[in-house]
Amino acid sequence: MSAVEKATATAVAAEGRTEVGSRHTPSARPPAVSTRLLRSEMRLIMGRRRNQMGMLVLAALPVVLAVAVKLTEPHNRGNDAGDFLSQATSNGLFVPLAALTLEMTLFLPMAIAMLSGDSIAGEANLGTLRYLLTVPVDRTRLLAVKYASLVLGALIGVFIVAIVGAVAGIALFGTGPMLTLSGVRIGFGTAVWRLVLAALFCAAGISALGAVGLFVSTLTEQPMAATVTVMIITIISWILLGVNQLAFLHPWLIVEQWMSFSDLFREPPLWSNLLTGLGQDLGYAIVFWLAAWARFTSKDITS
Amino acid sequence: MTGAALAVATSGLTKRFGSRAAVDGIDLAVPTGAVYGFLGPNGSGKTTTIRMLLGLIEPTAGTRALLGQPMPGGASAALPRVGSLVEGPAFHPYLSGRANLARLDAADRYADTRTVRTRVDGALERVGLLAAAGKKYRAYSLGMRQRLAIAASLLMPRDLLVLDEPTNGLDPQGTREVRSLVGSLAADGATVLVSSHLLSEVEQVCTHLGVMSEGHLVAQGTVAEIRSGAVATVRVQTSQLDSAATVLAGLGVSEVRRVGHEVHGVPGDLDPERIVAALVGAGVGVRGFVVDAPTLEDLFVSMTGEGFDVSG
Repeated sequence: MSAVEKATATAVAAEGRTEVGSRHTPSARPPAVSTRLLRSEMRLIMGRRRNQMGMLVLAALPVVLAVAVKLTEPHNRGNDAGDFLSQATSNGLFVPLAALTLEMTLFLPMAIAMLSGDSIAGEANLGTLRYLLTVPVDRTRLLAVKYASLVLGALIGVFIVAIVGAVAGIALFGTGPMLTLSGVRIGFGTAVWRLVLAALFCAAGISALGAVGLFVSTLTEQPMAATVTVMIITIISWILLGVNQLAFLHPWLIVEQWMSFSDLFREPPLWSNLLTGLGQDLGYAIVFWLAAWARFTSKDITS
Repeated sequence: MTGAALAVATSGLTKRFGSRAAVDGIDLAVPTGAVYGFLGPNGSGKTTTIRMLLGLIEPTAGTRALLGQPMPGGASAALPRVGSLVEGPAFHPYLSGRANLARLDAADRYADTRTVRTRVDGALERVGLLAAAGKKYRAYSLGMRQRLAIAASLLMPRDLLVLDEPTNGLDPQGTREVRSLVGSLAADGATVLVSSHLLSEVEQVCTHLGVMSEGHLVAQGTVAEIRSGAVATVRVQTSQLDSAATVLAGLGVSEVRRVGHEVHGVPGDLDPERIVAALVGAGVGVRGFVVDAPTLEDLFVSMTGEGFDVSG
């Protein structure tokens, strides 16, 4: 709520006080910005058993990957240089990157699909949505908090993969210089920073998908339906991206640049695709958040 | 009654789902300080009305105001002062009762974080749920869930409570407790709108009644006003039907008619004693004399119909 709206609301409240003779008009103005609902939202997400299991699955993959590569190390050496998995393994940071490459295709989209299904459709399904709205929570505010929680969820998911991968990789393969895709070696410290940027880039992509999920979530009262729809959108995007004859469509696909984070591991980094990707993410996030807003603020809550 | 004295006021409030009008042009008037019993059979439009009042659904036509604030525009000013229970309890199953209330409290921008624990436990105490506060909601019985929903409406001090079927799923003991809770809330000065499909559950605590039937508000007013709408009839048992009928008509009794060995009529303001005296004075042998005053329940049934059919 903007300062002006807040002032208006307070003025209206004051008017109501004189008119009806309230005994319980909220005495103090509410704080302009409060993170209390967002914190409650995050506790709800992180406390849910299913989500905890999901985080375990996200974390397990880089560990399995690191162990598998370690066990087969002698055979892999010197293969295709463009593939993280077959890179020279003197630096453990290839593990989080390979793990992100794998998990960005399915597991991370699945995670955000589940969270976005819970966000509005899940609350509608339980009936808790009507009680939140009559507290009251302004619908725009609720949607903003829900989306903020999805973005945080995306960051948590991606960083679980990156951090667990980095720890496992470093433990098994050490902290030597990293061989970039350009064939040049970069120092470990530089590599860590690029890994952080890569994870943020992945989180941006997953957050954009979260906006799509939030919109779908306002259309149904069945969280599973929203989750499945988001997964179908993701899978179809990947399939279309693989069809060269549909190249004209590719710039419009949410997943088009999701793998471009590997461009951070060139020397120097290749920024163009990364920036294109961030632009697409921002576009998707804005368009679908606004669509969710248009839908949710005019919706009859009959659940 | 002026608009300012009404805690809840609607004008021509209508909601159509497709071609069917779930609520059809109702003018609700709940005076400040009243305990308003919102009655009607299942499916008569009570919950739809309540959803419109709280801004959950938009009416097809008409206006509504809560505590003097037009809805939905005044929601941010009015709703913090309104506690509500809409269409049964709804909570997160894997959270405890206490955690569920804390969650709702976190959503309230006016709630003071320093007093969460006190207010949550106070509300749980008030509905007798404190002992089960740490249990997961999924383990609650229907009655406990209903109590938790009522507790949620009491987290903050309220000027208006909108309780939709608060006694649903409660045993007779629980029903009595809810009734006394409603009474104590009203004694504290809150206005209470309590809906029910059972007159007997709310009759004792209500000062005002509104009766819904098939989307229409068929009666509204103080309990005394509604009761006065009940038309008493007199029944005279006699063998001299013609003379009795003449005497009754002469006294100004309306709708005089013969039914078997009785003469029936509507006495209006006439004292029954005068009717008997007049009959005896005219030499009519009175074998029996009965004044039938319908109970509130009879009235309710006559307004809404009886039986198990829900209105579609």
